[in-house]
Amino acid sequence: MARARDESSPLFAGNAAGTLRLIVYLALAVVLMVLDQRNGWLWRLRYTAAAVVEPVYRLAGLPAAGVRTMSVAFADRQRLTEQNQRLREDLLLANAKLNRMSAVAEQNQRLKELLDTQRSLELNVQLARVIDVDLGAYRYQLTLNLGARDGVKAGQPVIDAHGVMGQVKEVLPTTAVVMLVTDPAHAIPVVIERSGLRTVAYGSRDGNQLTLPNIPLAADVRAGDRLLTSGLGGRFPPGFPVGEIRSVAPASTGMFQVAQAQPAADIDRSEDVLLLHDQAEPDGPPAPVKPMGPPRDLTPAAGDLPASPAVAKPATPATTRGTQP
Amino acid sequence: MNRQRLSLWWFAGTLLFALLSMLVPLPGALEPFKPYWPALFLLYWSLESEDRVSLGLAFAIGLAADVLNGVVLGEQALRLCALVFIALRFRSRLRFFPMWQQTLAVLALLLNDRILLLIVRMLAGGTLPPASWWISPFVGAALWPFLFLLLDDLRARLRIQ
Repeated sequence: MARARDESSPLFAGNAAGTLRLIVYLALAVVLMVLDQRNGWLWRLRYTAAAVVEPVYRLAGLPAAGVRTMSVAFADRQRLTEQNQRLREDLLLANAKLNRMSAVAEQNQRLKELLDTQRSLELNVQLARVIDVDLGAYRYQLTLNLGARDGVKAGQPVIDAHGVMGQVKEVLPTTAVVMLVTDPAHAIPVVIERSGLRTVAYGSRDGNQLTLPNIPLAADVRAGDRLLTSGLGGRFPPGFPVGEIRSVAPASTGMFQVAQAQPAADIDRSEDVLLLHDQAEPDGPPAPVKPMGPPRDLTPAAGDLPASPAVAKPATPATTRGTQP
Repeated sequence: MNRQRLSLWWFAGTLLFALLSMLVPLPGALEPFKPYWPALFLLYWSLESEDRVSLGLAFAIGLAADVLNGVVLGEQALRLCALVFIALRFRSRLRFFPMWQQTLAVLALLLNDRILLLIVRMLAGGTLPPASWWISPFVGAALWPFLFLLLDDLRARLRIQ
């Protein structure tokens, strides 16, 4: 191709073939973009290309990791001692709180047993590291160092020490991509801790904030209110801190109030995050209770029927779920 | 023979390096200052060795960058194609510009690239980025003379085409 062009005058190399090729390539790119936007098969390509992509990510993450280890290696002694002291105090405080909590948890467990529910307060989590890779300034994503091989699944909530960070969006064999709560395309059902009002927090379009665009005008919402996950929708378990309301103002339509909130998690500073493993209950209303007949004490031959259907029942949904993927 | 292979490796290596530097994160405050490395390196090569850089190569590099970056497939391919096309079209003029004029031309190319990106993002339903988003082309243009001289110097030292 280049040879052919040399024959014409190189100073005025504006030949039609070059323009035509440009148009072809641009059209190809546009077609790719539209197809990708529609079907999202970039991710399938990415999954197959993961063998190449992952080492590149690790390589690109090396400088940041190097800087971090250097900063630890050359940090002065005083600062480390200070940090150590602070961490000790935090640990002490946390332990004290935990001790008090354990009594409450035990009580909660007993009450729940009384109420006959099986949910527990224990967390089934997995620690993951954030790989420092810049995925473009306007992509609200993180890359984690765990993937399908470590049992990570799409949709798992990701939290840090302070609150909810987001959810796993895509899983590659040894890395996973997390969509942050501040992503404008992300929505999380929340409940306002003080008033119990349920609403939805969206990622904000301008920076690391959350927006709650549809709060009823009459609702009691103030700056400083804390937001917790409500557990509706079944993606996030209830009760995790999401953020704190910073400002409330009436919407331009006059129908709702709009609140801005600061995420509780250290969105741009976390190095280690936790992946929650116990998924909340699936969507929809709870399954209808199976009619079990009269209580067991009242049945005439109580000793003859130890294997009641209630024992065998929970196994079936689990197996149907397992075959789904 | 060997030298030719070396020069090919050098060519591929710089482009790979550009893709890697695109992925390397900067501390939050410096983030908007990060230049668009693949564009700068492709510009250098399209000015210096025309027969290696073609629209097809720009498209391929763009696709690789898209896959690595996780953005919409074809976005960077489109941008880099447009950039390389303009650079190749005005190559003979750009090459004989004094450095400051060349820098201004690079600035114009990078700004054009940002405008293209803005159009693509707008069509995809994005929002207007903050003002700091426009800093990157200026940083890229400011780095251009140094990058150009450094790469030229390295090439002369390695005695490759």
